[in-house]
Amino acid sequence: MSFEKISRQAVSNWEALYKGRITHILVGTATCGRAAGSMAVLEALRRELEGLDAAVAISEVGCMGLCSHEPLVTIIKPDNFSICYHHVTPQMVPRLVQGYVIGDDPCFDLALGSVTGGGQEPAIIPELERFAYEKRLLLRNSGYTSPLEIDHYLACGGYKALAKALTMAPGALIEEVKRSGLRGRGGAGFPTAAKWRSCYTVKIDIKYIVCNADEGDPGAFMDRVLLESDPHAVIEGMAIAGYAVGAQKGFFYIREEYPLAVSRLQTALTQAEDKGLLGKNILGSKYNFDIEIVKGAGAFVSGEETAMTAAMEGRRSWPEHRPPYPAETGLWGRPTLVNNVKTLAYVPLIVNNGGNWFKRTGTKKSPGTALFALAGKLNYTGLAEVPMGTTLRTLVYDIGGGTRGNKQFKGVQIGGPSGGCLPEALLDTPVDFDSLKEAGAIMGSGGIIVMDEDNCMVDAAKFFTDFSQQESCGKCTPCRIGTFHMLDILQDITKGQGTLEGLNMLEELGRDVKAGSLCGLGKMAPNPVLTTLRYYKEEYKAHVLEKRCPARVCKDLTAYYILPEKCERGCDHCVLACPAEAVFSDENGLKVVDQSKCTKCGSCQLVCPVEYNAVIRLSPVSLVPENRRTRPETPSKEP
Amino acid sequence: MENDSRNNDLSRVLGPERRQRRHLIDILQDIQAEQGYLSRQAMLEVSKFLDIPGSSVWGVATFYNQFRFTPPGRKPVKVCLGTACHLAGGQLVLEATARELAIEIGGTTGDMEFSLERVACIGCCALAPVLTIGGEVHPRMTPPRVEEAFVNIKAAAPGAPGTESLP
Repeated sequence: MSFEKISRQAVSNWEALYKGRITHILVGTATCGRAAGSMAVLEALRRELEGLDAAVAISEVGCMGLCSHEPLVTIIKPDNFSICYHHVTPQMVPRLVQGYVIGDDPCFDLALGSVTGGGQEPAIIPELERFAYEKRLLLRNSGYTSPLEIDHYLACGGYKALAKALTMAPGALIEEVKRSGLRGRGGAGFPTAAKWRSCYTVKIDIKYIVCNADEGDPGAFMDRVLLESDPHAVIEGMAIAGYAVGAQKGFFYIREEYPLAVSRLQTALTQAEDKGLLGKNILGSKYNFDIEIVKGAGAFVSGEETAMTAAMEGRRSWPEHRPPYPAETGLWGRPTLVNNVKTLAYVPLIVNNGGNWFKRTGTKKSPGTALFALAGKLNYTGLAEVPMGTTLRTLVYDIGGGTRGNKQFKGVQIGGPSGGCLPEALLDTPVDFDSLKEAGAIMGSGGIIVMDEDNCMVDAAKFFTDFSQQESCGKCTPCRIGTFHMLDILQDITKGQGTLEGLNMLEELGRDVKAGSLCGLGKMAPNPVLTTLRYYKEEYKAHVLEKRCPARVCKDLTAYYILPEKCERGCDHCVLACPAEAVFSDENGLKVVDQSKCTKCGSCQLVCPVEYNAVIRLSPVSLVPENRRTRPETPSKEP
Repeated sequence: MENDSRNNDLSRVLGPERRQRRHLIDILQDIQAEQGYLSRQAMLEVSKFLDIPGSSVWGVATFYNQFRFTPPGRKPVKVCLGTACHLAGGQLVLEATARELAIEIGGTTGDMEFSLERVACIGCCALAPVLTIGGEVHPRMTPPRVEEAFVNIKAAAPGAPGTESLP
């Protein structure tokens, strides 16, 4: 079938749904929506609509990036506003159906805003301020088109770029990508066209492409959202890249922990094959290309390209020396192009609109947009796509809505275990590959975690070092043993056993691990420690010199204390909640925490009624008055 | 016991089209999906099937986080310790869960009902801290809410052995 015919068919199906006379309901069922209960909402909608004589269609869609508002339901009604509802529960469904689907009540009290765009334009909610700062290239279809329907993607201009690319010479295609200045979105920011060119120039029949979807950073989920929301964009990008470098076979290396992304991708692949957009003689050309999914088994190091090819060959995921680069000698010794999910998803846009168009967004050295996962102590967590060069401040305050509960902002951790923590003073740093590197962090895959006054930076550094230490593959000694010692020192510090020499040693070890490791994991593993030492030295010193954790997080340096003047003696909430039987009543009926028994689980603080708010945390522990530390030898209340 | 009915026949997983080293990891993944873990016997069978040393199979299997070598409980409990969950108090949730089930991380209760694992990130960062019990996500956990969740589950299971059967 010719591309025009496939496309025409899709457009007519799409218009029947989105522009026709029927009401169309979109339910966001990506992983975060599901975790918030969207499947129950979907079920309730289906039940509610059953037997109703209304022209209604329901589509499962991906994620708009508004995780903190999930579950989201959008109702697209002919001749009416399209309205997006947030925090939808099955109990709200009858009202929405009776109110807006059947009746004329838009249920404004449940609405988040109206949805505009969609189709050729990105779908946005103009009432939300954050959309003014975003530029949605990769997320243009997310949460609007169904990832389960190839026709939706086709009707929005999908696979047009593939059809166009097949009429171009591979060299010209690479030239166009070069003109766009696209840099790899896996983290390091290597120019994509240069990678393509070196794979293209090797004159061998069999070449491979691997799409790196091994998103291992805890706190990063952009690739997952993209694959769950708009898988065809990545598939199309991969097919174009395959044509450009002369590969016949592509692989998705995707985390096993992303079962929904795997299944949606599989559906999308089958649909593309059925339409003749993958397989033999694609769209009547001489180009053959098919794609297989390989599931990773959980190893952070597999994100490194040589470690990834080792895993795909059924071996332990150990990185190798580069050069030779996989683009020359990769999977089973063949030239293998390894590109990140986001990198490939940009490719159709660049082919359609040209490299110069792409360059108009972002900064000179980092063109395009950046996709971030916002998490941590923010009012609005989720995904955001902004032009490169946007400041961290915009991301945190204008898009993320600032810190939750108006707590004091403390820092952002950007780039996961390989990235760094940046303080308030650096919030005006533009996010692009080079500015972040200068500040000591990295773009990484794009996870941003916001920390407030209740987070301890030493603890955060310990958390990331613990992660890197466990994930170190063990090949390079400085990484294997160095991270272990770094963790050891950090543990001492959080226990109040740290020394100033230890801090120096930590810094020295960090530099050595960076210098002596082969792959990105080891080279970057010390970043969280080195940046916190650089920007939060005082906090380290408080731990070491005063045995004090300013955020009152480190257990050994913190005590739970019940303020006698606030304690309401008759209430026994804390006594009952304590799993360690550490809370007792003194001779006046006031509650006291026995520090020798306390496990510091915080249950007493959580259950203490807000009107009393009597439980506080103290650091250093010596702040607890001496007469209120342990239960007296002979209980005073006993007769 | 469900354990006994778990499929021990590997012929479905070890099809002739997979007799290549590159399929080692997906074979192991499929075995774990069917049997819940990788037994010594299963790994030896894979080594014979692919004609590679048993030590290689063991070496690969132990390298990756996904694989486990002891049978999981009927309701695996996974506490997320990704960054967002950690910052929101995931460690306290993990400790409370271990206390509640009276098992260590990686262990299984005596009645094979629950097993406990810490996992890296299950992608529900907006709902942190989370834990999953038998695949069901429990959002915004605190130590008291952990206790509550297990009380509800135990109460909901008719004729289920109560806490007294836990070691």
